[in-house]
Amino acid sequence: MDTKLEPIVKNIQQKFNATFEEFRGEVHLFLKPEQIVDVLTLLRDEHHFELLSALTAVDYYPQTSPRFHVIYQLTSLAKNLSLQLRIPINGNNPGVGAGSYPRIPTATGVYGVANWRERELLDMFGIEFEGHPDPRRILMPEGTEGHPLRKDFPLGYEEPQFTFNFDEIGLHKPRPKE
Amino acid sequence: MTQIEEVSIDQFKHLVSERALTGETMLLNMGPQHPSTHGVLRLLLELDGEIVVNCIPDIGYLHTGIEKNMEAKTYQKAEVMTDRLDYMNPMGNNLAYVMAVEKLVDLDVPPRAQALRVILVELQRIASHLVWLGSVGLDLAAMSMFLYCFREREQILDIFELVSGQRMMTTYFRPGGVWRDVPVEFEKAVREFLKIFPKRIDEYETLLTKNPLFLDRMLGLGLLDAATALSYGVTGPTLRASGVDWDLRKARPYSGYEQYDFNVPVLTEGDTYARYLVRIQEFRESLKIIEQALNKLPFGPVRSENRKFVPPPRSEIGVSMESLIHHFKLWTEGFPAPRASVYSAIESPRGELALMLEGDGGPKPLRVHLRTPSFDNLSVLPHIVKGHLVADLVAILASIDIVLGDIDR
Amino acid sequence: MGVEQKLGDMGVVTTTLENVVNWSRTNAMWPMLFGLACCAIEMMAAQASNYDMSRFGMELMRASPRQSDLMIVAGRVSKKMGPVLRRLYDQMPEPKWVIAMGDCASCGGVFNNYAIFQGVDEVVPVDVYVAGCPPRPEALIHGVLTLYEKVKGEKFKDLAEKYG
Repeated sequence: MDTKLEPIVKNIQQKFNATFEEFRGEVHLFLKPEQIVDVLTLLRDEHHFELLSALTAVDYYPQTSPRFHVIYQLTSLAKNLSLQLRIPINGNNPGVGAGSYPRIPTATGVYGVANWRERELLDMFGIEFEGHPDPRRILMPEGTEGHPLRKDFPLGYEEPQFTFNFDEIGLHKPRPKE
Repeated sequence: MTQIEEVSIDQFKHLVSERALTGETMLLNMGPQHPSTHGVLRLLLELDGEIVVNCIPDIGYLHTGIEKNMEAKTYQKAEVMTDRLDYMNPMGNNLAYVMAVEKLVDLDVPPRAQALRVILVELQRIASHLVWLGSVGLDLAAMSMFLYCFREREQILDIFELVSGQRMMTTYFRPGGVWRDVPVEFEKAVREFLKIFPKRIDEYETLLTKNPLFLDRMLGLGLLDAATALSYGVTGPTLRASGVDWDLRKARPYSGYEQYDFNVPVLTEGDTYARYLVRIQEFRESLKIIEQALNKLPFGPVRSENRKFVPPPRSEIGVSMESLIHHFKLWTEGFPAPRASVYSAIESPRGELALMLEGDGGPKPLRVHLRTPSFDNLSVLPHIVKGHLVADLVAILASIDIVLGDIDR
Repeated sequence: MGVEQKLGDMGVVTTTLENVVNWSRTNAMWPMLFGLACCAIEMMAAQASNYDMSRFGMELMRASPRQSDLMIVAGRVSKKMGPVLRRLYDQMPEPKWVIAMGDCASCGGVFNNYAIFQGVDEVVPVDVYVAGCPPRPEALIHGVLTLYEKVKGEKFKDLAEKYG
């Protein structure tokens, strides 16, 4: 680990009782959902992590607890450091639709970019952010069912049309009117 | 399928001012099919006369499902997706992807391949900025800029075609090196470009930099201060025009950038004109890097010898059965990557382009996240257009240099 | 200059109305500026200095569908863009033609997934498909010239049936 990063990680570890992993020089800190806003504020204000480079998630379906990791990739320009925060959260609560999604607090108050990135996560993974000012889908059209980047969402592969199955596919391929 | 859902104001109620609800201000739709939105971006504008009160970008009209599709492909095959991500910068996307894969499986890259990558990525940066400059010209009704810029861009595309056989979607970089060595004509072609291009930059500058019409449309518009820019994750020339000296090529050198001597242009004004100036200066810095890399271009192999991840060369396949089987296995089954995640970033013409690549022990990635610079750069737009005229909105939008393929992925 | 010098002093040219109309349609086709993705850049390159598509009577790209009669769908069409594309097509005055430029617009290309239409022919009828990812500007120009051949062979009778 970078010598400049070590005290920061230790500080977070002690304050928030976090665990960490290291792979090829990258440090991943594991936190609980309710801690995230405090940790982000602390990192931004005291440790100069000015840039939230990426905010994304990973789906470990069919594993259910935790099913998702929400990932915050932070960059410090002043110290030239990177740090990744990971929040393991479980899958859906029982039921369907809004309100049954996993929820974590929003980071929009700390980083402006979290606004769009959290909307993207809501759209792509169905992870809700409590207190988000504008919880709408961002990439998929309104009214889409499901969340494409979840592992149980099908890729939507269609059989390509070749000479041997030309007619067969032509039968059910939609043809628009003039 | 062919019906567009009527948009009601309820959807955007919390984003517009109260005056819009009483009908005092006007809501105007701009895009997704509009010549000045640089693609299929849709902006919902709240206007008071000609002044923009609120601007609500609506993206996703080019959502391609690249991240999901890459999860269904092996590490070698997923690379073709990255070309089509940010279509102004295919070489750079390839570089970001192969660097992430190399980091994940711990693969070495020979020095010649690294230098070739630097040359081609910098050429791509120039080509990308040229398209940007040409389309800014078009937006501000300077048609001649478009014609000039595309003239030089063709020269760069010819070099790409020379090395890879394709003009745009090259997929020339592969994990562990490049596809094959460059042909002998490569050096001559690049030198010719190096000779011609500085004069051409002067030509652009004579046309635009001190042109009063251009200055009227650019100066003092879309002011972006450093704190807001960082909070909104803005990177690249847009951030450097706001006075933050942050360039991954300097801060975290990759692919041998530490060997080259170049400056990072930084301006403090933070307006559209500063962003234009930063990009013009980047032309010259890129030329410097290309020249140094070409002078120092080492000889040697262009692909790693690590046969676990890199297929054997063609010459071996013809004479050795084992190599043939090995090649076949690598391309049909792919290579396994560890169950771990890496984050690898490069400086694309638009900012920090990064991949978060997570392997699951098999030949296909578990998750590919593309941290694309345009997405974050666009998210700051609503804050910097407030109070400007609609006509200036076009100039501000152009100055951020967005690519919709990069935003919607 | 032109036809007078080559053919001498010809007072009268006899031809059919169909030929004249089709000839004039081909030589003043106004494409709609409809760039979606990567192919749009090659479409711009075809318009720019090196390839100069205006040699074929189409230097004006119109941004408004109501002023254009050729739609060049340059790029992948997402599920969100499909309805917009159809509306723009419906707004174009007849007669109108569509070129599907590139693999994505022709058949989905490399993107066989949930987000992309597997060919723009699922949304609007297509006259000419141009292969390539992206097609070179020459390929686009060839596609346009192929469309010209098609237009020159059109019969009023068929058009009357088509448009009622």
